[in-house]
Amino acid sequence: MRLEPRSGVPVHLTVLAPACAVVLALALTAIPLLWADVPVVRAYGLIFEGALGSQFALTETLARATPLIFTGLAAAVAFRARLWNIGGEGQLYVGALTAVAIGSGAIVAPPAVMIPMILLLGALAGALLMLIPTVLKLRLGVDEVVTTLLLNFVVLLFVSMMIEGPMKDPMGMGWPQTAPVVDAAALPKLIARTRVHTGLILALAAAVAVWVLVNRTAWGFEMRAVGANPAAARFAGIPVARVMIRVGLISGALAGLAGVGEVAGLKGYLTLDLSPGFGYSGIVVAMLAQLNALAVVISALFVAVVFVGADFMSRSIGVSSYLANLIVATSLLTMLAASLATRYRLRWR
Amino acid sequence: MSEIVDILLSVSLWAAALRIASPLILGTLGELICERAGVLNLGIEGIMTAGAMAGWMAVYQGADLWTGVAVAAAIGMILGFVHGVFTVPLGLSQHVTGLGLTLLATSLSYFTYRMILPDVPSPPRIEAFQPLPIPILSDLPIVGPAVFEQTALTYFALIAVAVVAYVLYKTPLGLAVRSVGENPAAAEAQGIDVYAVRIGAVMVGSGLMAVGGAFLTMSAFNAFFFEMVAGRGWICIALVVFSSWRPGKALLGAFLFGAFDAFQVRLQQVVGGDIPYQIFLMLPYLLSILALIVMSRRAAYPKALMIPYRKGER
Amino acid sequence: MNESVYRKPEDLVLRLRGITKRFGDLVANDAIDLDLARGEILALLGENGAGKTTLMNILFGHYVADAGEAHVADATGALAPLRGGSPHASLLSGIGMVHQHFALAENLSALDNIALGTDSLFRPWQQRRGARRKLAALMERSGLQVDLDATVATLSVGERQRIEILKALYRDARILILDEPTAVLTPQESERLFGTLRRLARDGLSVVFISHKLAEVMTISDRVMVLRGGRVVADVATAGTDGPRLAEIMVGRPIPPTVRQSMEPGEAVLELAEAHVPGEHNRPALTEANLTVRRHEIVGIAGVSGNGQAALSNLICGLASHDRGRFELFGRAAAVGSPAQMIAAGVGRIPEDRLHDGIVGAMTVWENLLLEDYTRPAFVRARFLRRGAARANARRIIEAFDVRCPGPEAPTRLLSGGNIQKLILGRVLNRQPDLILANQPTRGLDIGAVTYVHRRLLEARGAGAGIVLISEDLDELLTLSDRIAVLYRGRLSPAVATEDVTIRRLGLMMAGHDAEGSAADAA
Repeated sequence: MRLEPRSGVPVHLTVLAPACAVVLALALTAIPLLWADVPVVRAYGLIFEGALGSQFALTETLARATPLIFTGLAAAVAFRARLWNIGGEGQLYVGALTAVAIGSGAIVAPPAVMIPMILLLGALAGALLMLIPTVLKLRLGVDEVVTTLLLNFVVLLFVSMMIEGPMKDPMGMGWPQTAPVVDAAALPKLIARTRVHTGLILALAAAVAVWVLVNRTAWGFEMRAVGANPAAARFAGIPVARVMIRVGLISGALAGLAGVGEVAGLKGYLTLDLSPGFGYSGIVVAMLAQLNALAVVISALFVAVVFVGADFMSRSIGVSSYLANLIVATSLLTMLAASLATRYRLRWR
Repeated sequence: MSEIVDILLSVSLWAAALRIASPLILGTLGELICERAGVLNLGIEGIMTAGAMAGWMAVYQGADLWTGVAVAAAIGMILGFVHGVFTVPLGLSQHVTGLGLTLLATSLSYFTYRMILPDVPSPPRIEAFQPLPIPILSDLPIVGPAVFEQTALTYFALIAVAVVAYVLYKTPLGLAVRSVGENPAAAEAQGIDVYAVRIGAVMVGSGLMAVGGAFLTMSAFNAFFFEMVAGRGWICIALVVFSSWRPGKALLGAFLFGAFDAFQVRLQQVVGGDIPYQIFLMLPYLLSILALIVMSRRAAYPKALMIPYRKGER
Repeated sequence: MNESVYRKPEDLVLRLRGITKRFGDLVANDAIDLDLARGEILALLGENGAGKTTLMNILFGHYVADAGEAHVADATGALAPLRGGSPHASLLSGIGMVHQHFALAENLSALDNIALGTDSLFRPWQQRRGARRKLAALMERSGLQVDLDATVATLSVGERQRIEILKALYRDARILILDEPTAVLTPQESERLFGTLRRLARDGLSVVFISHKLAEVMTISDRVMVLRGGRVVADVATAGTDGPRLAEIMVGRPIPPTVRQSMEPGEAVLELAEAHVPGEHNRPALTEANLTVRRHEIVGIAGVSGNGQAALSNLICGLASHDRGRFELFGRAAAVGSPAQMIAAGVGRIPEDRLHDGIVGAMTVWENLLLEDYTRPAFVRARFLRRGAARANARRIIEAFDVRCPGPEAPTRLLSGGNIQKLILGRVLNRQPDLILANQPTRGLDIGAVTYVHRRLLEARGAGAGIVLISEDLDELLTLSDRIAVLYRGRLSPAVATEDVTIRRLGLMMAGHDAEGSAADAA
């Protein structure tokens, strides 16, 4: 029995692999459920119902998918160039912080100015944050995995400091939160009386833009070459360092936009629990999509379904909503294993 | 200024330094073993969390402390085995496998804990390891109370450093581990089973990491809090680079880190007030990044680190 | 032509029957039979890709044969079946192998590398004293001296090879396999190796010597087995045959010799004057290098790898900068340290390691052919790639350079070594460069691909390019070069006309003696 490299990836496998990974993940997650005497089918049914069972549920799922699309794109872009950006969480928060700093009254302007401004500056904040580990990697050979991770903790502490200090909402009754984003800067709702906002449109547009960038432009060509074989890329004259910095900036910017969306579109103000791990989930989203920007939309929806559904299920039958994290984490590992099937064929000799 | 000198001369600082360093020593040793064998184990944060939860839960359910430690180690080894299978024979990305494992181990720990113990205002506690003074040695001035009045798990960590150093440099097994991380083709050509040695090293390393996590819930504190590992795993990874993959320097690095952390806590109490506490809490993470920057220039990586070895590909 | 040499069974140390190995559709070994006697030196001859290394990898346990059986003599001399698929089992059976790319951990000491795997992993201490004693005796008997405590990274290629041989002898090998051992040695070092092998063979060691070089095979072996296309096509005593006959059998068809017509060199395209390239540990990699290359000429650079070839190549490729001296292209100072600018200036570069530096395996053939050209207006418009133009360009090059592949959309990693080299050649020559740097351009290629590459390089020379040819293959250098210079410890000798030079003289220069033959320092 041998593993033989495939010559090309058959199209049906690119869809079948993640689908099988998800099914396998659900099957594996059933084990701890069974151990806890939880009715598995009912639990999964409740997840499904809670995420897709009503119009309102659907809008909740879409709202939850919005930041996941952004962080998924951030991870996909970076990982494609083999830049391990695990700092999506921190980049999200600085984007949110910037949006609130500018959008909660410091500047007065009409929405046509305010909204692009907070988007731009929030993205820029995320980009600049990612610049630090990228430059450390390029100049000093410091592994970016650890630096991006450690910076997440630093950023969260910084946000906490801001929220409890200079940016505390004077009318927030003492709760650790910032002042709300003014109406002019708020992202309008897509559907009235729901939480789905125009950030979703932006996210979808970003997915298309990233796909075009990676697959159709010279920049994308460089990124893919550098990610696949940096030595050959350098030999061919591709400016590897410049490409990596570009990748780092774009990746950080996308994660920053996730934060802007959450704060200006969904929640309205910034608290420490703005993101229940969107940055990390974004990595799973990217892997399930096999780093393809368009597929990120689909895998982000899947992850959103799991989280929104698990909240509902948790309230219904008292199973910890950490089940969602469990399903998503298992999916990452099963997807990794499934990716073998797309690259190798099993030969029974 | 005099307050700083006072802090530095206090025995409690150095005792705290060693106590804070203990989980870091175990985590760094564990990661060091994995990386010496050529495998980057980013699952460390999750494995420490799982060790913390599993060990504590075993004791909570009635086991004695050392059984709890054994349970933690066993959980760590199982998680290490999963990592090993994904990255060694299957040759999948060590980065993604490790991150996935951290997410999995963490969520599994939280889920299991919540399912057994529903949310209550104050988390339940266990009888943790108590300080165990070593006769005679604990009577030495300064060093005595600082080093020889620690808990059993701290002594375990210190002994582990010596054992790992000896095995790595003075035994055939250690040579095999090092060679597999330097040039697996060379090791295979000498008849070593590269897959077995790598997976074994990752399992042993992960077991140590899990015991490091268990230190938090069974020695430093006596309850399990969510997010209690707080990035120690990532700090250990930085410390491994800082230690140039040598157990002795790992001990030194972890201890210096613990000393710094203990120092900034005390400094906060003395200086505090005007400076937000978050700044102090940030310092350990920033220090780790600094340590990485300083050491990365001269890093003598095990040559085959992060390069998957495919048997028979010549 | 299969002359089975009669052999008494009790003298056999190795018997292979019907060994077959397939990789997908490729049959690397096809029902091979082989006998080896005690104290015999057998040369396994064949061009690159004939299956020699595959066969020995099976013997040593790196691969498992699909069919056939192997028997090895144990310590008493009786033939016993060999358990395949495990280097450990092969080592226990008395088989040792010196791999083409040394299997040594660079950051460990020589003794560590030799002792690795010889003690049980369950033993809680190392048996170093006994090991040193045994090795001292071995070094005495075989004449192979090495500093046991030196870190391998600090040792020369010759010393590393000695460690590889000692590794096998330390494990009481009765059969020693050497895979292309002279590829990295000077002619003099090769002579010394042969002397060592003869000495060991007289002591009872059996040797299998893999090579594609006829001259060596005629010198060292008692018997020759020729492989072609995975099959044994000859098995004869060396004394009973000669080079030309073996060459014909090896290749199976007449190969017209590559003829280099003499040409009048034109203007200078490359000029190095006292160029100095810094290296590691404050040691210069290239010192006081003087070199002029003109149009219509090929200048060959001979030398054992590790003597500055990388620095010279990197300098011309744009990957390294010189910190002293002059480096001019077409009469103007070269923009150093930038591969992109070298390419733009008209330098064509064929890298030494085609897989590592030459192609991106995960990308398609047309993308790899675009790798150096993607900024040109023909292929990019308003930052968007002109994929149609790029694909058409790829099809043209695939056609013109005979790159065998499923098509422009095929992932490049699927191509064979020879076709990857043709792809790189096509990419380079398609731009009609004025200066070409070819670094080991035919390493690992079969004779068909080698001939093709030689022909194309000579054509480029005819069209007006100046070529720097760095090669470890002295025959190739003598065939293609108009002038030859030798690199030794970072110093470039003056280039001498090929007609005025002999292999012996080149060998001496490669070992540090100057062009007049007097010793600059001991080899």
